[in-house]
Amino acid sequence: MFDDFMTRATLGGMGTALAAAPLGCFVVWRRMAYFGDATAHAAILGVALSLAVELPIFAGAMVIALVMAAAVTLLSGRGYAMDTLLGVMAHSALAFGLVAVSFLSGIQLDLMAYLFGDILAVSRGDLAVIWGGAALVVALVAWRWSALLTATLNPDLARAAGIDPRREAMVLTLALAVVVAVAIKVVGVLLITAMLIIPAATARPFARTPEAMALVAAGIAVAGAWTGLQASYHLDTPTGPTIVCVIAILFAASTLLTRLRGVN
Amino acid sequence: MPRLRIGTDGMTAPLVETTGLGVSYGDVTVLENVDFSIAPGEIVTVVGPNGSGKSTLLRAILGGVTAAKGRVRHAPGLQIGYVPQKLVLDHTLPLTVARFLSLPRRVTHAEARDALQRAGVSGLEGRQMAALSGGQFQRVLLARALLSRPDLLILDEATAGLDQPGAAAFYRRIEEVREETGCAVLMVSHDLHVVMSASDRVICLNGHVCCEGTPQVVAAAPDYRALFGEGTRGALALYQHHHDHSHEHLEGAE
Repeated sequence: MFDDFMTRATLGGMGTALAAAPLGCFVVWRRMAYFGDATAHAAILGVALSLAVELPIFAGAMVIALVMAAAVTLLSGRGYAMDTLLGVMAHSALAFGLVAVSFLSGIQLDLMAYLFGDILAVSRGDLAVIWGGAALVVALVAWRWSALLTATLNPDLARAAGIDPRREAMVLTLALAVVVAVAIKVVGVLLITAMLIIPAATARPFARTPEAMALVAAGIAVAGAWTGLQASYHLDTPTGPTIVCVIAILFAASTLLTRLRGVN
Repeated sequence: MPRLRIGTDGMTAPLVETTGLGVSYGDVTVLENVDFSIAPGEIVTVVGPNGSGKSTLLRAILGGVTAAKGRVRHAPGLQIGYVPQKLVLDHTLPLTVARFLSLPRRVTHAEARDALQRAGVSGLEGRQMAALSGGQFQRVLLARALLSRPDLLILDEATAGLDQPGAAAFYRRIEEVREETGCAVLMVSHDLHVVMSASDRVICLNGHVCCEGTPQVVAAAPDYRALFGEGTRGALALYQHHHDHSHEHLEGAE
């Protein structure tokens, strides 16, 4: 069954959606959208370095994403507002990554595939990495769920309960780096943040508890990935952006529905 | 510096003890040479002007800031219940009261119901945290803190958002909780007169411990009056008139 490229693409999209959605809830709750952007954009630099030293793309992207996350954490609280700092880091990383890629002469490189994803070219090996990474992220988030939630509410509240909020922040950073590495092939570095936050934001009005929001977000992300893939096949549009368009339309519908319900 | 120590029982081991505690943020020294201890079942209030290091002392006890000097010791197996000054709930986070009470440890429906009842807000389980009033919110925070069966309850400006009757009712609740569970209570507050009357011991802090003792002793201490009497332009002096019931002062207040 893995011989069909559409099957592989569908499975790849669903794996990414399942990993990104629950983690995306934390990105929304902790207002880390820009942080997600910074780590994702840095990954293009990781791609360039991996190609230069002939490492697997996933490994390079993940390492650079982690380095980026560490750099942001170290620099935060030293004079610049967090959004300024992240804006500088995110776009610098992207620019340096693009320049680094241009130095790689002699390597046939489809830059667009890394910026916007190339889900139709997902191989069996890629699938193994995507599902392995997704399983790791889901397991990590599920294992730390209560501690992560408590630390998200208030760091001192967590400390009083014997939870180290810095350790939980590191767990999130690690999970984010894995998702970035996993999602490059599917939606590309520019659209990873969309896969994180749009399903979570879409799910918000339909949830009364954090767990419900994560589950609804996962459902929305999977449905969006499947619908987007089908739409891109029939309309002959780029797949990653089409998937994001579908979940963006779901978000608009969810927001509109909530507004209408609120008025009545 | 005169140090007044009244109210600690020398025989019982303290739940928390700091010796020579110093905390700095960068070049700024926030706390210096603070010796503090709290015994089982004791209610201790820390008062002090803004920037006096009250919240820093609590955070040092919780482990949120590291001591530059001295040390913080906890009794072995100490359970702390913490009620923060404020909890900013992002509106993107859906959270019912019942779910909040189960963080981080799952509690049964019966446990949640009991805790809400003890905090004086029965029947709120199904409500969204964001939909609660200020007073309900603080009491739900208290209920959650009680669920860990704390030996020590720490309250950081827990009544900052409440009006005076609300704050007074909250502190009466705290005293009742102490009687019911026997836990010690450590709090930081601006509501000096209300909170001090409910305390066994008051510590007046201004980067260091200015004075310490029973509420009456501290209220009469020159260091305390120097910190609060002038800064509040007599408003607090009125409370002291109210409290020491001396004739001459009552006449003076009219």
